[in-house]
Amino acid sequence: MTQHAQTPLVELRDISIAFGGIKAVDHVSVDLYPGEVVGLLGHNGAGKSTLIKCLSGAYKQDSGDVYINGEKAVINNPRDARSYNIETIYQTLALADNLDAASNLFLGRELITPMGFVDDARQEAETRKIMARLNPNFTKFSAPVKALSGGQRQSVAIARAVYFNARILIMDEPTAALGPQETQMVAELIQELKRQGLGIFLIEHDVQAVMDLCDRASVMKNGQLVGTVDVKDVTDDDILSMIILGKQPAKVA
Amino acid sequence: MSDPIPPSNGQTPPASPVAKFLRATEIDTRLLGMIGALVLIWIGFHLYGALVNGFGAFLTPRNLWNLSVQTSSIGIMATGMVLVIVTRHIDLSVGSVLGFTAMAMGLFQVRFLPEYLGLGSPLIWILTIVFGLILGALIGAFQGWLVAYRGIPAFIVTLGGLLVWRGAAFLVARGETISPVDERFSLLGGGPYGSIGATGTWIVGLIACAGIIYLLVSGRASRRSHMFALRPIWAEVVLGTLGCGLVIGTVLLFNAYPWPRGIVRQYAEANSIDVPETGLFISHGFAFPVLILITVGIIMTIVMTRTRFGRYVFAIGGNPEAAELSGINVRWVTVKIFAIMGMLAALAGVVASARLNSATNALGTLDELYVIAAAVIGGTSLAGGIGTIYGAILGALVMQSLKTGMVLIGFDAAIQQVVVGGVLVLAVYLDILYRRKSN
Repeated sequence: MTQHAQTPLVELRDISIAFGGIKAVDHVSVDLYPGEVVGLLGHNGAGKSTLIKCLSGAYKQDSGDVYINGEKAVINNPRDARSYNIETIYQTLALADNLDAASNLFLGRELITPMGFVDDARQEAETRKIMARLNPNFTKFSAPVKALSGGQRQSVAIARAVYFNARILIMDEPTAALGPQETQMVAELIQELKRQGLGIFLIEHDVQAVMDLCDRASVMKNGQLVGTVDVKDVTDDDILSMIILGKQPAKVA
Repeated sequence: MSDPIPPSNGQTPPASPVAKFLRATEIDTRLLGMIGALVLIWIGFHLYGALVNGFGAFLTPRNLWNLSVQTSSIGIMATGMVLVIVTRHIDLSVGSVLGFTAMAMGLFQVRFLPEYLGLGSPLIWILTIVFGLILGALIGAFQGWLVAYRGIPAFIVTLGGLLVWRGAAFLVARGETISPVDERFSLLGGGPYGSIGATGTWIVGLIACAGIIYLLVSGRASRRSHMFALRPIWAEVVLGTLGCGLVIGTVLLFNAYPWPRGIVRQYAEANSIDVPETGLFISHGFAFPVLILITVGIIMTIVMTRTRFGRYVFAIGGNPEAAELSGINVRWVTVKIFAIMGMLAALAGVVASARLNSATNALGTLDELYVIAAAVIGGTSLAGGIGTIYGAILGALVMQSLKTGMVLIGFDAAIQQVVVGGVLVLAVYLDILYRRKSN
């Protein structure tokens, strides 16, 4: 996809971050366009999650800049990221286990009554609405989320991102804990969000999932970017060799 | 909107009448368990007194009234300790902060303010309380800052605080006892004059009943407007009757405790009232410290269950990382929690020093352990994320009932310590069993 005329939704330029002398991310640049899914691949510890946490506000990069819609963005914490309509679904799901689905969905952005109190009833009603769309089988609205299955928890995490009209969505291995049916549900959801014009960063281990879901794939190894390829130009073997050998496939490079 | 949604607990297995009753009324079984334990303790002490000592002193208006006053100071602090423990912290310094703030308030109202306002000025008590609460909040906020922004474990910060503030309480007055405190201030400690009397107690009781009915009605209306499952009408009626019955019972009980004869005579002379042959029956009614505890309990319950801040407290306790990633400023919330705890310790200091009519540097010694025990017995999980305000107040009542009961039946201090310690461990063990079962 070299024919993008518009400005990218997100541009991470020359990002570096080190932890105690170890360069977790070493001068990496990636970008993301509206209605596009970009896969981030690499071994464990390749730096994918660390890179993306600079965008979600969980980490602050040592050097390099983030551009949103062509403008430089300052993201110091998760609150800043949310103000740019960046939503993240973490691998660990980042749910407060002791709270119910509605409280988790609205955590940090509670609906408030005119009196200034949390409007639990309206939150639950809204949660029921969005869950009816995302996962009609979801019924445990009053139970703490620790009583939910992996798939149900995942739908809470996804609902949280979708409800607030994210324009940029970061998904960190969204299907790692899910069964086949629930994985299918997430895949369909990604297609729908893409049609709505969201840009999605998808961190994945499963090369096949990347081939199915993504438009482009950026591969990282040892904190460095191996390369970014159009998924339709390469085979899964090409991507595998990028991950393992850290080399661009000859025909693309 | 869609059709009304069935109750979210989904499929209902065939249930016993008791389980059916509990589900319909949505009464917390933990709460029932605690009330059951409390009733057992009360009846147990009363019977022991009646059978062994020939006089059951526990279930008398006088003792239960005293019990309510004695519970206040620990109960006030226990509501704050819930927030601290829910967020996986601990505050060992509350007893010392109580002592230090009480001492500072004592000096402020006895040595400092009279110089500017004149002795007996009606402004003294209120200024003293404002000063004390701010001082307590600042102490708490400072400790919270050390925990949140400097990363020192709360156990260490407040263990240090336990020593620092106790020592500081001695230093500010070189170990003197400040007595007597301001006349109006001392009313906040209870006693015959520090109670609101029969009429006032009925007014408070009726307001409470109106509040209970309002909550039930408005809760039902809100559920209906969002098409959530409603409680059956009979369950609402049962809840309302139970709640109002409990309130009115308490009103009758506290009004049944008359002023002592000497105080009545003094009061009658001062107001030139003739005391009839049979004596004058003047009721105590609710004491001010109890009203303070109830008010704190209601405010803290609203804060914990209805405000964003309360929601963040629970979220941090459940998963601090998730809370941070959800955009919650975890550190700042932590500072606020410790500031509230410090302020409540100062408020407990008001009650405790007013009750003694003096500020001593030993005030509140060992209170931190009773406060933590009250919160934990009340169902606050040390693993974080779980706890209720009413539970902590009930826990304080359980602890105080044990202490009072053992004094009444003549157990000496050593046995009291053994029993209180054993009960704490047992209560937490029962709680763990309960949670395991309900999971």
